[in-house]
Amino acid sequence: MRIVVPVKHVPDIHSDRGLTPAGRVRRGADDGTLNELDENAVEAALQIVEALDESERATSEVVALTVGPVEADAALRKAFQLGVGSAYRLGDDALAGSDVFGTAAAVAAAVRTLDAQAPVDLVITGMAALDGLGSVVTSLVAAELGLPQLTLASRLTVEHGQVEIERDLEGFTEVLTAPLPAVVSVTDHVNTPRYPNFKLIMAARTKEITVLSLGDVGLAPDAVGEAAARSRVVESAPRPPRPEVELVTDKGEGGLALAEYLIRNDLV
Amino acid sequence: MTASPRTVLVLLDTPADGLRSPARELLTLARSLGDVTALALEAPSETTLADAASYGAGTVLVVDLPGDASVGARLAPVAAEALAAAADRTGADLVLLTSSFVNREIGALAARTLGAGFVYDTSGISLTESGVVGSKRVFAGTWDVECAPTTPRAVLTLRSNSVVAQPVAEPVVPGVEHLAVEPTAAATAAVLVSRTAHATAADQSGRPALAEASAVVAGGRGTLGDFGPVEDLADALGAAVGATRDAVDEGWVEHDAQIGQTGVTIAPRVYVGAGISGAPHHRGGMQASGVVVAVNNDPDSPIFEIADFGVVGDLAEVLPQAAAAIRAHKATQG
Ligand SMILES: Cc1cc2nc3c(=O)[nH]c(=O)nc-3n(C[C@H](O)[C@H](O)[C@H](O)COP(=O)(O)OP(=O)(O)OC[C@H]3O[C@@H](n4cnc5c(N)ncnc54)[C@H](O)[C@@H]3O)c2cc1C
Repeated sequence: MRIVVPVKHVPDIHSDRGLTPAGRVRRGADDGTLNELDENAVEAALQIVEALDESERATSEVVALTVGPVEADAALRKAFQLGVGSAYRLGDDALAGSDVFGTAAAVAAAVRTLDAQAPVDLVITGMAALDGLGSVVTSLVAAELGLPQLTLASRLTVEHGQVEIERDLEGFTEVLTAPLPAVVSVTDHVNTPRYPNFKLIMAARTKEITVLSLGDVGLAPDAVGEAAARSRVVESAPRPPRPEVELVTDKGEGGLALAEYLIRNDLV
Repeated sequence: MTASPRTVLVLLDTPADGLRSPARELLTLARSLGDVTALALEAPSETTLADAASYGAGTVLVVDLPGDASVGARLAPVAAEALAAAADRTGADLVLLTSSFVNREIGALAARTLGAGFVYDTSGISLTESGVVGSKRVFAGTWDVECAPTTPRAVLTLRSNSVVAQPVAEPVVPGVEHLAVEPTAAATAAVLVSRTAHATAADQSGRPALAEASAVVAGGRGTLGDFGPVEDLADALGAAVGATRDAVDEGWVEHDAQIGQTGVTIAPRVYVGAGISGAPHHRGGMQASGVVVAVNNDPDSPIFEIADFGVVGDLAEVLPQAAAAIRAHKATQG
């Protein structure tokens, strides 16, 4: 079983996030982390491999893959700490400014390249990246690869060459199945990610990250990045700070003050 | 040069039992952008057709899928193929959907096929001289961004409560047309084995659904498991009930009520958070709300940093008092 987990380097959710004048996510090596929701994807992949019998496990591998500049290695190091076996980064200046389609094309091309080395059975992603929150790249990657897509899994099982997921969607619980290979995204309810292991933390620092170029994955520079983007940010600005909060301390009439505020502002 | 109107295609969300408010809002916006055709993935009821007419859809295009259409249409890749086919049939250069996890997938996949630009979760869509522009709130509502598709065609999704739904003055009976769609093998490669509705709190209580409500009262760990005061204030306001993930994990409320980055994203006119600290994961789902009100017994709680109005106090006392005062006020308004 070979499982590829595409992961993303995102600004820390606790940091002051923002955009550059060019409308791109402001990134720094200092505050960037592995997208928290990708930890669930790594965990899901590790659990699938750990459940295999010994001989199958010996030939199995969990591969972390990211698309991004050298800073994105931080996300791959974290994936190593959690226990992935190898890591690849598709890095190329031409990738800057990619929209969801360019990103999906890049991820899919890298997966195809990995598949040519040794067949990939599953691609598992997190449900969303905590910067853009689009939740669409997984679907687009599946479409690029021509593989079945099973998104937003809150339960995931792989058995007899088949994947089955359960998901909760707007008042419905659905069960979906597909033959392998397939593309899956998992929510934060699917499992509890493990803590980095001390031995792995030490080892992660020096583990090798294979860097791929667009040429290595057979993509033309104008198929991705700003050149291919079908939308652009024409304006961006931090929202003006909220006015100072109107704070009331309850001494027996806090509820009345709350009601009065809502009535005064025509919110009742 | 003035912005020229578009040929607009709108995907209807729940065609079987009448339109929900997000679809009405979307149609209201759509008709200000151009000539509107609505797309139904399942045969619409009379109520739905009448609704679509009231909100300005001149034509309803109904997709005919082979086999059990209600199953296939639920799969994003199948729905996306139908949407793309409908855009080609109508020549639509603007395709609009309401924002939900499924609709974002459908919109993105259709845009991929159409070679169209895609902007999701907009809170406004306008036509300018240079084309379509979608406004977005990003980073937990702390940044405002304007996104412009650079392609002749564009697909956008609109968040609930971004516009006020308004019926047209004189509804016409929409023409109904049919479009047969044969999904590709790739679109049906993942099989929907079962789909079961689970009764949501909104259904059982008669409260509005969380994602579409214009007022939301949310409870967190500070409720200590008693959502009574939260529900009381919600009912006085006609609001939906929401919760933090911690409250859901404790089993105090069901999963559907979770607001946040991994739950429902809301942008009601007013959000009241009670016993909620205001963690970034929660803020990501509610910070775009119009007015934020917080009740928390800790004056240093981070939620007060993003609140417009706050009460430092015990929610078990503050909320029922507020609910009673609002009911009394409503009674005097007749
Ligand atoms: C990957 C990931 C995804 C997540 N996604 C989400 C998400 O989508 N949505 C979400 O909400 N969370 C999410 N979380 C969890 C989030 O980080 C916080 O843990 C959670 O929002 C905190 O919930 P809370 O405010 O109810 O609890 P707490 O942080 O414990 O806050 C409780 C508050 O209640 C106050 N309080 C206590 N008693 C009273 C009283 N009697 N009256 C008034 N106030 C009182 C306290 O002062 C405190 O401020 C996620 C976490 C992770 C790791």
